[in-house]
Amino acid sequence: MKHQITFTVNGDEVSILVDPWKTLNEVLREDLNLTGTKLGCGTGDCGACTILLDGRSVNSCLTLAVSVNGKSVQTVEGLAPSGEELHPVQDAFIKAGAIQCGFCTAGMEMSAVYLLGQNNSPDENQIRAGLSGNLCRCTGYNQIVEAISMAAASLRDARPEGVKQ
Amino acid sequence: MRLPHFEYAAPRSLDEALRLLAEAGEEARVMAGGTDLIVRMKHGLLKPGFVISLAEIEELRPISFDRRKGLSIGATARLAEVASHAEIKRRYPAVASAAEKTANVQVRNMGTVGGNICNAAPSADNAPTLIAMGAEAVIAGGKGKRSVPLDRFFKGPRLTALEPDEILTAIQVPVPPPYSGASYQHLSARGRVDISAVCVGAMTVFEGSTCREIRIALGAVGPKPLRALEAENLLKGQSWTADMIDSAGRKAAEEARPISDVRASAEYRRQMVDVLTRRAVLEARSMAGKRRR
Repeated sequence: MKHQITFTVNGDEVSILVDPWKTLNEVLREDLNLTGTKLGCGTGDCGACTILLDGRSVNSCLTLAVSVNGKSVQTVEGLAPSGEELHPVQDAFIKAGAIQCGFCTAGMEMSAVYLLGQNNSPDENQIRAGLSGNLCRCTGYNQIVEAISMAAASLRDARPEGVKQ
Repeated sequence: MRLPHFEYAAPRSLDEALRLLAEAGEEARVMAGGTDLIVRMKHGLLKPGFVISLAEIEELRPISFDRRKGLSIGATARLAEVASHAEIKRRYPAVASAAEKTANVQVRNMGTVGGNICNAAPSADNAPTLIAMGAEAVIAGGKGKRSVPLDRFFKGPRLTALEPDEILTAIQVPVPPPYSGASYQHLSARGRVDISAVCVGAMTVFEGSTCREIRIALGAVGPKPLRALEAENLLKGQSWTADMIDSAGRKAAEEARPISDVRASAEYRRQMVDVLTRRAVLEARSMAGKRRR
């Protein structure tokens, strides 16, 4: 039996009929055409599918779409809603060269946004712990850690009282 | 990797969940955070016809502390909530530490301590500490409520004391006695994130320099989390010496029943039980010294 669910994606309300066995990742990518969120391992190990659910970073590949009824979802597309002005985290990833193939990037950025919402000046160990659920096969992580440090600094400059998501 | 097809319900009350579970029988699986269940379904290891989510049941969510009854961790309290909960960090730091060492950020934001226990992997990170602290599984079912001490809750790999019509509603952890301390120690190939190859939880109560009570629980070195009862006996009632602690480590290693698998060899596991047991009891003792009440 299909279930009618209503939730917000990047601030927009979405109402859709879903099969209970559809993951949020499948609904985002296949039904809503939000393909910025990737599907890597499908088992919660790689983090390429990371999104924010009611502000918490979660694996969209392990989240049943039917379970997000009434909740708020933020994807990488929501970081730069205009499509032109980038989020400070995205800016920093470009400046630090934190991208090679790019497949892990959306998930990395969502984990970074979550981390910086919790801690506006993480040290290197805290950044690495914050990325513990995101795998990158290309960069060796150093530039990603550097990018998140840069993003933290620019967010602190922009909003000195503390970073809010 | 797609999920097999199933029907789904997210009841709003425990009674409703119990009724649905009783009607569906063995066809149904109960889901808390889903981070184990969904993976096992994707791998084709489980094919439930009906998934009952506990996520909408408010009464299963809370973490609460009572000065007489102790800590109650609701069945759907997430690992991240337990890891960061102020009262748990203050009164049960080893419980918070085990939750914090489970899986990764995203999984801790979805997965639950209750789910980690009910999934009953021999390597469950939260089991050894909770067993060592004398925790009980609070269970609701068709015949009413009951509690099972956690060291009798695990029956084997993926097997628990839960009957098909029962749901774990909370984990209850007694108030730590004065001069008690606990510790969680684990090892895995990557050090974080991946499944523990060996894990040890210990809790001890001191009276002056004498150990009045001690419980040691071993994870990932047997078909289920195990008590190291003989190692406990070497330390209980004693003023610990370095030799005694060494003997207890060796005894715990003898009591372990490890296998060789992708995460570690049986030989390595056995040696690490020795090391981690010594670390756990020493840290528990040092915590006991700091915790007057």
